[in-house]
Amino acid sequence: MSNLKFKIIEGTRSAAHSIFAHGFRSFLTTLGIIIGVASVIAVVSVVQGFSANITQQFDGMGTNVINIESYTPREERLQGVRAKLSYDDYLEIKYRVPGISNVTPTVTMWGSNALITYRGQSSSSMIVGTASTYQKLNTVYPERGRFFNLSDDNSRRRVAVLGPSIISKLDIKGDPIGQHVGVSGEWFKVIGIAEKRGKLFGFDQDDFILLPFSTTKALLGGAQEPDITISLQINEPSQLEQVKQHIKNLLRRNHRLSKDAADDFEIATADQMLDTFDAIVGSTTLVLGGIVGISLLVGGIGIMNIMLVSVTERTREIGIQKALGATRFDILLQFLIEAIFLCLLGGLIGLILGFGAGSLISNLTGLPSATVPAWAIILSFGFSAGIGLIFGIIPAAKAANLDPIDALRYE
Amino acid sequence: MSKQTIIELRNIAKHYMMGSEGFYALEGIDLDIYLNDYIAIVGSSGSGKSTLMNLLGCLDYPTAGEYKLKGTDVATLNETALAGIRNREIGFIFQNFNLLPRATALQNVMQPLIYRGIAVAERRRRAQNALEMVSLQDRMAHVPNQLSGGQRQRVAIARALVTEPAILLADEPTGNLDSSTTTEIMALFDKLHGDGQTLIVVTHEHEIAERCHRVITLKDGHLMSDHINQVSAKLSSSEVVAYV
Repeated sequence: MSNLKFKIIEGTRSAAHSIFAHGFRSFLTTLGIIIGVASVIAVVSVVQGFSANITQQFDGMGTNVINIESYTPREERLQGVRAKLSYDDYLEIKYRVPGISNVTPTVTMWGSNALITYRGQSSSSMIVGTASTYQKLNTVYPERGRFFNLSDDNSRRRVAVLGPSIISKLDIKGDPIGQHVGVSGEWFKVIGIAEKRGKLFGFDQDDFILLPFSTTKALLGGAQEPDITISLQINEPSQLEQVKQHIKNLLRRNHRLSKDAADDFEIATADQMLDTFDAIVGSTTLVLGGIVGISLLVGGIGIMNIMLVSVTERTREIGIQKALGATRFDILLQFLIEAIFLCLLGGLIGLILGFGAGSLISNLTGLPSATVPAWAIILSFGFSAGIGLIFGIIPAAKAANLDPIDALRYE
Repeated sequence: MSKQTIIELRNIAKHYMMGSEGFYALEGIDLDIYLNDYIAIVGSSGSGKSTLMNLLGCLDYPTAGEYKLKGTDVATLNETALAGIRNREIGFIFQNFNLLPRATALQNVMQPLIYRGIAVAERRRRAQNALEMVSLQDRMAHVPNQLSGGQRQRVAIARALVTEPAILLADEPTGNLDSSTTTEIMALFDKLHGDGQTLIVVTHEHEIAERCHRVITLKDGHLMSDHINQVSAKLSSSEVVAYV
């Protein structure tokens, strides 16, 4: 066994010698592997960075949190029908479903009717009207100031928590806390600034203003009942299905849906969303894996081709080595190690290039920073070594089986 | 004076198939080679010199006959065992030197010791000694391209000697060298012989054969003559007595 170890060490020494003696050729030979590994690492690092960021956000939501939203099938939407969750639905759930807490109504406004003003500046940001319990479900922590409390909500106080981006968009000078911003013509006192969360796919997650739900409802007036989202927490995670069923029955009855009509709402848990997201990331990774598999295959064929040429070119050397006492196994091992060494080197260069490219991409596009998971590193090295082994074996066997007399005579 | 037999060939034959026709490269060769022999194998091209050389060097198997190297029946060994024999017992010297082109003189001389499983520090030490023996201690870091023909052949000789082989097999060792370098290399052979080395030189050059103490002549695959070279033998030793 120690004899084999010695042979492997010597084979590696000889492989390194031969690879670096033909530096440029070795580089070209392994270019296929470099590009293959670099592209997979670049893509995987971006996807994984993104995925890690998303997962972190889901974690922030808490796993026993349920979100209920209205849902309108496409056909009905085309007919102008829109399903809605109303404040009544919220009250029904809050007071009639057992085993839940922190039931939070949320109304969200976007676009042109969501204008925030401050001393002549205006910003079109996401306006979220919600209850004080929102903080517990969504882990929004004020970096400065405070979140609104139950009494703010109950007495319809005109207070607001700002996302950090708004401060710069509205060009608020000095301490924003205590100053007033305008929403739909009403003035709101800033009581807190939320923690910065950064950008996701170029979408600014810090461009929002949080207002008490009751205040927002009053602001909208009675003209049109807003469509709300209801979030809540389940006290006992094991009762998830029961609670969901309970809510479903309640809402169906409330919405007067006939027996064969589909639900006009959706009940989603954070776990479900995370599962869906994981499935998407998983299948994306799988497709990428396939593409990389093909590129590594092509790279491997390149390696085999050059190794075959190299064996022919070094026929005489092989003859000399055999005359000096090299066994078939010595020669086989030497060429095999050379192929594997070459592939691993390509894998390493590819890894560095890929990580560099991934970091560059995420920096340029505002995606979360790239991370290379350990499995990707191990896999790409394992794959590279495997390619070297598979595509090196034919040239190595060809070298090992050369007849020493013929090889010595080879011109 | 007792003579220690190193090589015994008994009725050795080597046949090749050339297309559909058989070709007899060697036929009925009987030969004994003793310790510290200094042998020239001569013959015209096609006489079987190279074939005999390959057989003696364990690069090839005889079709028939018995080959004992230091008592071991070589013809029955497998390829791996044969490689081991080449490594331990045979030192090859070739007409075109056959050095590894990208390796330095020192690395070339260290090469055969790799197959013997010797650690790198010890390999280097032994290779340096061998290169000193052929007076190339100041050329160790040069690659073959940077060396003259004579120097290259001396590297090859150092490489052959480094394993302390039972026999040194030289195939036209001076074929690519000019006359002054030839003299230099032959002087080195004489010295090695003086130190107790067994040498076999395959050559078609008369001057080379004359320096050897025993001349074996081949013709058409048969051993034509095996005689003691009185003149040169007398020059250096009194071993003549042993053959007479």
